[in-house]
Formats: sequence, structure tokens, C-alpha cells
Amino acid sequence: MRKNFFIMMIVVAGAFIYSACNKNVSGRTDNIAPLNPVSEDIDAGKWKTVLLSRPDSFVVVAPPVPGTPPYTGDLNEIKGYQQNLSGDAISKIRYWGAGGVLRWNEIMRELVAKHNLPPYQNEDGTYPIPNSLNPFNYPQFPFSNAPFSARAYAYISAAQYDALVACWYYKKLYNQPAPYTVDSSVNAMNGKTTLPSYPSEAGVLAGVTSELMKLLFPTEVANIQNKLQDEELATIQSGTATRTDVKAGEALGKQIAALFTARAKADHAGAAVGTPAIWASFVTATTARGETPWYSLETPQRPPMLPLYGNVLPFLFDSVTAIKLRPAAPFSTGSSDFAEQNQAAYNQIKNPTREQNRIVQFWADGIGTYAPPGHWNAIAAEDFIKQHYSEVRWARNMALLNMAEMDAAIVCWNTKYHYFNPRPTQMMPDIKTLTGIPNFPSYISGHSTFSAAAATILGHIIPANAGTYTSMSEEAATSRFISGIHTKMDCDSGLVTGKKIGNYAVLRAMKDGAE
Amino acid sequence: MQPIIKRTCFTLLFISALYIFVQAQTDIDAIMMAKSNFCVGGTFSHNSWKNYWEGTFKRDNQNLGTVSTNMYMLMGNYAVTDKLNVLFNLPYITTKASAGTLHNSRGLQDFSLWLKWMPIEKKLNANSVFSLYGLIGASTPASNYQADYQPLALGVHSNTVSGRLMLDYQHKAFFATASGTYQYRSNITIDRTAYYTTEIHLTNKVDMPDMASYNVRTGIRTFHVIAEVFFQQNKTLGGFDIRKNDMPFPSNKMNASIAGVHFKYTFVKALPSLSLEAGSSYVLHGRNVGQAIEYNASVFYIIPFSHKKVSPAHSCKLCGLR
Repeated sequence: MRKNFFIMMIVVAGAFIYSACNKNVSGRTDNIAPLNPVSEDIDAGKWKTVLLSRPDSFVVVAPPVPGTPPYTGDLNEIKGYQQNLSGDAISKIRYWGAGGVLRWNEIMRELVAKHNLPPYQNEDGTYPIPNSLNPFNYPQFPFSNAPFSARAYAYISAAQYDALVACWYYKKLYNQPAPYTVDSSVNAMNGKTTLPSYPSEAGVLAGVTSELMKLLFPTEVANIQNKLQDEELATIQSGTATRTDVKAGEALGKQIAALFTARAKADHAGAAVGTPAIWASFVTATTARGETPWYSLETPQRPPMLPLYGNVLPFLFDSVTAIKLRPAAPFSTGSSDFAEQNQAAYNQIKNPTREQNRIVQFWADGIGTYAPPGHWNAIAAEDFIKQHYSEVRWARNMALLNMAEMDAAIVCWNTKYHYFNPRPTQMMPDIKTLTGIPNFPSYISGHSTFSAAAATILGHIIPANAGTYTSMSEEAATSRFISGIHTKMDCDSGLVTGKKIGNYAVLRAMKDGAE
Repeated sequence: MQPIIKRTCFTLLFISALYIFVQAQTDIDAIMMAKSNFCVGGTFSHNSWKNYWEGTFKRDNQNLGTVSTNMYMLMGNYAVTDKLNVLFNLPYITTKASAGTLHNSRGLQDFSLWLKWMPIEKKLNANSVFSLYGLIGASTPASNYQADYQPLALGVHSNTVSGRLMLDYQHKAFFATASGTYQYRSNITIDRTAYYTTEIHLTNKVDMPDMASYNVRTGIRTFHVIAEVFFQQNKTLGGFDIRKNDMPFPSNKMNASIAGVHFKYTFVKALPSLSLEAGSSYVLHGRNVGQAIEYNASVFYIIPFSHKKVSPAHSCKLCGLR
């Protein structure tokens, strides 16, 4: 008996030590194949840009001719690398080979999640505000909440798109063959395509993205600079482009980034935080209308999140249209209809099922996450991988999605602060929530607006998935009702408004020359 | 030589972490129950904290107030032989926060099973005895509760396998016990598709760091009473810190130094099968855990399945009942 038990102990111990060595968790996109587009979209240089007035607004000089000494020098660099590639170098080649737009989008989502933390209060119960002029000081700039992130994703995506349209224009113009095509002794580590290599799309993406980061995530500039070097080196080592191709791309990308940086500095986002006087004016104005004003449910009470974000300059329409898109007023806070809405939220929250909790957590996208726009970027990216788009089409589709998400944030925030409508829990404190309660007015639901806008443009981009995207957006909206965060009215109105905004992106998509 | 007849129920230890991470009862005492007896009992415990550590930063949170947990646990111990006992327990847990808006939770937590083996019991002289124990434990979630609802989740929803080595020395009524435990924790699946630790993870799977702990306890152990103090150190082997004002996460580095007291009384003359226990513990220092204070009370009853005559239950290795 004793002996048997001893043997059993050894077996069990061995089993768990074995399994302990196999706990590594891999991400869904860690090991995907190199990008191999079904079409190179070689005429994408003609596609309609966002800010760039002409694809050749910034001059890119002709590349060195293959066979000349400068070109041969570039080739020798590649051959030298390829003679002795470390395991780490090969994994970076694989990583970036999956697509620069995809990888930079993932990096962006990581940065948003990393910086999506509300500041901790001061001793006196007030809150410090992140300062872009002193970004490393606590609380670090930015606090990348949902509206901040929507704008960040939009600027990066739109700038990447314009930069790649210019890149494609010059690719077709100069028609420079890839190093592995010029010299068959160069190994095509990520496979061969017919895409001209000058200027390099990887260099363009590294340049444009890294430059915009200085504005959006100033504490990450060094980190992003490392990513830029990784991408450029991996691209050269893979045999896809020469150093000249990459550096010409980087320079072009940085010039185009400057256009977007200039727009960002003037788009009114910098003033979105408001002032104590402005915060108080919302209460006064709402009370004057005979309505119960929203107040922060946090202790100590936190100033409302980005109350003037509704004034930010949209991408897909003008500011007048943004106001026209604002839905009609919610039920009056004194009405029986409003009371019924809150009562329904209360009835729902008493006994949530496990499945309802799953839906809530799946869509929560609260603090420490990449936020609802990031969630829709993740959904889009994983579906785009299966579509085998060219880099320029990846960028175009991400730009359409993220311009819609930013404009959804603008209209939604404009609506929230126009009506300054209280949360269900403010009206009925017994409404406990299944996830953290956001610190801004209730009407209309941000999740619903973001999700309907995203589902509408994504359903246009991949029509076969349109029904799925619509169902997902409806589930996202429902998640906010069953979590006790919103009334049904907030969610329904958010879905209707989001769809209208998504349709502006569809309109643009139908006319941008890519379809 | 006939074995010393020893029957007792096990005592409890609650590792009260930030987020109700109650590593429900480990079998932590150096006592075996005699062959063919079955002990069954129930425990109630209450655990609460107001202050907690985000990494090394200690704070309170007025949006949580006091986080409290009630645990109702069914426990059992069957003695296969005098040197091999099988123990189980099943806790039902409720959690709530006294402030803020977060919804409470309730449900069955993790079912645990332990094999407790005493390969060595050596009488050193008339007054002292030394013994060595090896334990293997396993636990599995008994319901589909959410792990990713910290700090109000019922637990971390991991399957675990634990190994423990324990040494015990008794001299007359005085005793001292020391044990060390390694706990393997399986990866878990959460309801969202991505999460940030110190980097983004584009998956719903979470790598759960293993845990290690040691426990020392000493006091008086006689025929009808146990009175002891203990100290426990928990360490998460890996994991990450909660950042300032971030939400906690199941794979946080949850460390704690816990001190406690524990009492047991057996009704030796009136009803030797019945015993009552009570205890309390406090987190002296921690990391990514709440500074919890915990109280517990238990009732245990022994049912003899043996055909042999029932002897009084007792906890003393030296009484020499034969």
C-alpha cells in the first residue's frame, strides 16, 4: 500500500511538472503566414486620399538602377545579413512579414490598453489631469480612454492610408523590381510578389506611424523608434526591399505624417478636457431646462470625461453635420417613460445569468483595455487577414473603419454633453453594474454608437460578413443594457446614430477609387 | 504494536487574498484520523478588507468601500488507513462591496481533494514524537463562475495540483509544525478576447503563475484541545503588479504574509465525536491583495465505519491510547 502510494505520488508530481512546462499562451496572430495579397492594387496611387492633395505632393527621387554600384552595395548588405540570420532575426522577419498595417495596428492597440488608466486622485479629492507638455509626470499623458483612442486610431490609420497611396503612386512610376527579382541569390524569406519595391511600404509605414506617435503617445517615442528599426531591418533582411527602398519610404511617410500632425493640433481635441467653469455650466444648463443633470458616480467625484470632445473636427463630414446627426432628446428625466426605462434596467440587473455576464465581459472594453474602437479594430484585423489584402488596401479599410469610429465618438460625445443625461444607477442607486460604470453622461450609449458605425462600414467592406457584424453590434449594445450601465433607449438610439455615421464611411468607400 | 488511535478532523487555513482568493482549506495540520472513520463538518468564514496593495502601493478605494466575502463550506475526511486520509471540501461563496456600483457575486467555488499520507511517525522518547507527512491535493472549479471579475470574483477558476511536505514535532502538550507547498495552476479562459498585463495578449487564455507557500504553527495539542498560532507566507511565482488605478486580474502577483490563531475543542467525555473549532487570521503585509481580516467557525462530527469499538476522538500523539 505504502509503496503503491509512493509511486502514485511520483506519477502525479511528474504529470503536473510536465504540464507546468507547457503553459505558454500564444496570441491569435503570433504565427500567421506572410502577407501574400490576391491583388497588388498596382493602381492604388489613384485612390482618393484623406488630407494629401496629390499623390506626388512630396517628391521621391528616382531609385538607383540595378547593376550600378549604389544598388549593388544595397544588395550586398542583404546578402551579408542572409548568410547569418539569428533565430530572433528570423522570427522578426516572420512577424513583420504578416503585414505592416496589421502589426502597427496591434502595436497601437497595445499602447491604448497600456495608457487607458484613469488618474488616481490627489490628497484633496481633486484629480490631476495628464499634460502632453510633461508626459512622463504622473498621471502620464495620455489617458487613452475610448474617445481619445478613437481619434488616435483614426489619425494613424488615415495617415498610413494617404502615405501608402503616395507610396503606390511612386511604386508604379519607378517600377523598381524587388531585390530577390534582380538577383536570384537573394532569398525571398517572406515569399515573392510582383510589387515594385521602391519606395518600400514597410519604410513608409514605419515613418508615418512613428512620427504621429510623437503627438499621440509621447512617452512611447523610444519604444516606437525600436519598432521602426525592427521593421526596417526585418524588411531588408527578408530580401523584400533594399535599404534605399526603405529609407525613401520612411522619408515619404514622415512628410505625410506632418500633414496629419498639423490637422491634429488644430482639431479642437486639445481643449476637450474643459475647465471647472465649463463642467459646472453643463449642470446649470441642464437644470435650467428642467432636467436632472448627470453627476459622477465615482468617489471622489471625477470631472466628466472629455466634455468638449463633441467639438472635435470629424473626418467624414463637417462639424455642422456632426450636430445634425445628434439624435432627438431622450425621455425627460421627470417623465414616467424615463422612470420605466430605469425600472427595466433595475429588473434586468437583479439576477443576471452567466451567459449575460459573458456578453458583458466580452464587450466591456473598459479601463486597461484597447477600448471599444480597438475591439472593432481587432475584429476587423482578424477578418482582413483572411482576405489577403495588399498593404494599401489594408490601410484603406482600416482608415475607413477608424474615421467612422472617431466620428462616432464625436457625435456620441456631442450628444452626451448636449443632454447631460443621468445614468440608470444615478436615478436608482440599487442598480448595481456588472462592469465598471463610465464617468460621463448616459444618453447615447458609446458602445452602441461605435459598434453600429463599425458594423456598417465593415459589412460594406466584407459583404459576406455583414449579417455577423450587425449581430455583433447588437450584442455589444445589449451588453450595456444587461450590465446596468445604460437604458434600452440609450442603446437603441446609439445603434441608429452609429449606423448613420457608418454610412458616411460607406459613401466614401464607394467613391475612393478602390472598388 | 498496534497503531496509536488518532481521530480528528483537519483544521483550516484561509489564504485571504485581495480578491477573495480563498485558497479554501488546505490541510495544514499534522494529525491523522484512525482507519475507517469518516469526519464531516461545516465551516462558516467571514473575510473583509478595506485597504489593499496595488503592487507595493497601499491604498483604499471609496468606489469599493469594504469588500467582504462569506464562505459556507462542506468538508469531509475519510481515513483509508491510519496513515492515509482522504479529505475534500466544497465552498459556496458570496462577495460584495459596500460602496460603488459593482454587482455582488455568489456561487460554488472550487472542489478540492487531498490525499494525506504519514510515512514516518517516530517516538523519540516517552515525551516526544516526530512525524513526517506528504500531501497531494487537487482542485477544480465547481461552477462556471467568472474569474475575470476581480475583486468580486469567487476565485480564479484554475485547476490546481498541489504538493506539500510537512514536519511535526510534539513534546508533551507542546507542538510545532512546519510545511511547504507548491501549487501548480492551469491556464484559464476568460470571457474577453484580449487583455493587457505588461503587454497585450491577443487571446482569451491566461497563463496562470504557480504559487508557493510555507506555514509554521505552534501551540498546545492535547487530548481535548488545540490552541495554536500560525504564520503563513504566500508567494506567486510570476504574475504582474496591478498598476496604479488599474483593475486587478487573475494572474496578478498575489503575495501575502498572514498571521492567525486557531482553537479546537473536543467534547471528550460527553460526546467524543463532536468538535468545535474557531479561528482568525490577518494579512500583515501583501502585494496585489487586500489586507483582509478573517474569522471562521466550524463544527465537525466523526462517524465510525469501523467494526471496532469506537474510541474517543483526540488529537494528542502522546496519549498512547491503544
